[in-house]
Order: sequence, then structure tokens, then C-alpha cells
Amino acid sequence: MGEIEEALVSNDRDSDEIVTRWSLFTGFMLVGLFGFGGIGAAIYHVLVDRRRWLTPSEYTSLLGLGQVLPGANLINLATMVGDRFQGALGSALALIGLMSAPLVCLIALATLYDRFSDLPDVKSATIAAAAGAVGLTLGTGFKLARNILKSPPAIVFAAASFFAIGVLRFPMLAVIAVLAPLAVATEFWRQRS
Amino acid sequence: MNQNILVTMALTFATTAVVSVGGIAAMIPEIHRQAVDVYGWMNDAEFATTFAISQIAPGPNILLMSLIGWRVAGFAGLAVATLSTVIPTSLIALAAHRAEQRLKRANWYAVTRRSLPPIVVGLIIASATVTGRAAITGYLGVAIALAVGLYVTLTRTNPLVPLFAAIAVGVIAGRLGYL
Repeated sequence: MGEIEEALVSNDRDSDEIVTRWSLFTGFMLVGLFGFGGIGAAIYHVLVDRRRWLTPSEYTSLLGLGQVLPGANLINLATMVGDRFQGALGSALALIGLMSAPLVCLIALATLYDRFSDLPDVKSATIAAAAGAVGLTLGTGFKLARNILKSPPAIVFAAASFFAIGVLRFPMLAVIAVLAPLAVATEFWRQRS
Repeated sequence: MNQNILVTMALTFATTAVVSVGGIAAMIPEIHRQAVDVYGWMNDAEFATTFAISQIAPGPNILLMSLIGWRVAGFAGLAVATLSTVIPTSLIALAAHRAEQRLKRANWYAVTRRSLPPIVVGLIIASATVTGRAAITGYLGVAIALAVGLYVTLTRTNPLVPLFAAIAVGVIAGRLGYL
């Protein structure tokens, strides 16, 4: 890892203003390789700390926009960073760089799992990993809840979307189509009064 | 037949991604509903292991869709699932990025940005309960999920740490005959 990493990082270090297409590709490939267990931290590390393409506040602003948009926030962030330096082609290269290593790892893991899923240890590891993965989602939800649910309407909308999707198993499209306009209207009304 | 599955999958993942607020974690209940209940691409147990593998692999969590594609239709499925999840939403992100300065000044944008997160919180906790019902069968599983959840809520470490701790506990419990 060390040498590849050095080679990737040392690439376009001398030019600070222009991020080349190749550099976008390798930079986001590095993010994908670092991204074990949390790609958010890896993106910040590579884009802000190592390559200095973005200042921390630029990063936060782009991530904020990425979070309101539909889809995966970090895919959105990579799209916007690519576009910023090299237009639509830059976005495509950033995305290909970001996804290639994880996709290879994913298929390798899935193939290994298929080959060894009969072993008792692998069986218990999988049961535990599945439960652990549920815990990761639960923890993310709780963490967000603690930060975001600070007003009565916020709590009502969170409870409503949880109940509609998690308990009643309604289709997401219908739930969003009803709840999102209501939430926006409520917020407008709160702003007025 | 196979081509039909690919078209259905592309449409399903693209529409779900485009209407999803709050990222992939919020999409999981809908993906589970489509893959298991509506189209029967896999059963609950298969969905649970697919979800677990996609969480262990490095990278963005749209890997869940990629792996569902791979399970259903091999490399073609992998490509279709990944591209249909990424391309439509990336085009929206591209347009939004180019309109960013105007967006930032618009009042409706600020209001929308403030009003949607609570819905997302509900969706993400629903993700946990939906995948939990698919993945967890015994008390030990419930205990592991709650312990990992609590750990993630209270700390800021790499999420792989509690995940691997959970795996270690699982293997030990299995050897002792508790799983």
C-alpha cells in the first residue's frame, strides 16, 4: 500500500490550481482504497488533508449540497468535485476512480463468502456481521436523531416516516410525496410566525 | 427473461435513488421491499448476507445495489445496478452544482434543506428495523445490533471497529454453541 499511495499522492503536487483529469481519477481511487468502514472520513482525508483540492469550508459546503440532493451523498460530492476542476468528464473520472477498487473488493468478498459459507465459523461470522451491520445503521440513525430532532414538528415528521416505512412498509415514493411537501410547508409556516 | 430482470432492476434502482432523500441508508427499506417482497430476487436471509457483505467491503454504500445486481445477473447485473443507481442522481448533482450560487440565495432551498432531515432520520431508523427483521433471528443478534448501535451513537471511531468486534463475538459464540 505504501508505495502505491506515495506514487498516487506525489503525482500533481506541484500544480495547486489545476487538478488534472488523471489526478482526479487517482485521487478518488485512493479514496476508494482508504474507504474501509467509512468513506466519508477517507474523502476528507484525501481531498482536504493530503491533496488540498478543497478547504475544509468548501468541503463542508459541497457535502451539504450533496446531502440535500437525492442519491448517495459521497457519490454526489465526487461528481461535484470532478465537475469543479474538469467539467462533466472530470465527474465521470472521479466516479470511475471512486467505484473501481470497492467493486473489485466487493466481488472478491462475495466470491469468498460463496466458497466458504458452509464452514461453521463463516456461518456464525455472517450472522454476527449482519446483526452488526443493522447496529451500524441504527447508530447512524440515533446519532442523527440526537442532532436533528430538536423541535416538535421535527419529531413528528421523523416518527411519521419511521412508522410509514418501517412498520407499515409503505412504498418510499408515496411516503416522500406526502411527507416532504408537508414538512416544507410546516417550515415555511414556522418561518412566517 | 434475463433482459427483463435487468430492465426492471435499472428502473427500480434509478427511480428509488432519484426520489431518495438522505442517501443510501434511507433507501434500504425500499430496496428490501422491491428485491424481496415485490420481485422475489432473493429471500430475507440472502438479503441480510448481501447487506452484511456490502457493509464490510470498502467504499460507498451503493455497493448494496451493486451486489444485489451481481447476485441476480452476474457481471451484467453488477453493471446495470451500479450505473442505474449512480448516473441519474449524479446528473442531478451536476446540475445542482452548476446552479449552486443561485440555489444558495433562494429561500425555498434553505427551507427545504432545513425541513427534510427529520424525515431522513425516520427513514434511517426504519432501515435498521427492516434489515433487523430480515437479518436477526436470536437474542444474541439483537444484543450485537444494540451494542453496535450504542457504540456508534456515542463514539466517532471507524465503524469497522465495532463491526469486526461483532464478528469476533459471533465466531466465539458459534464455537461455544450459542449461535
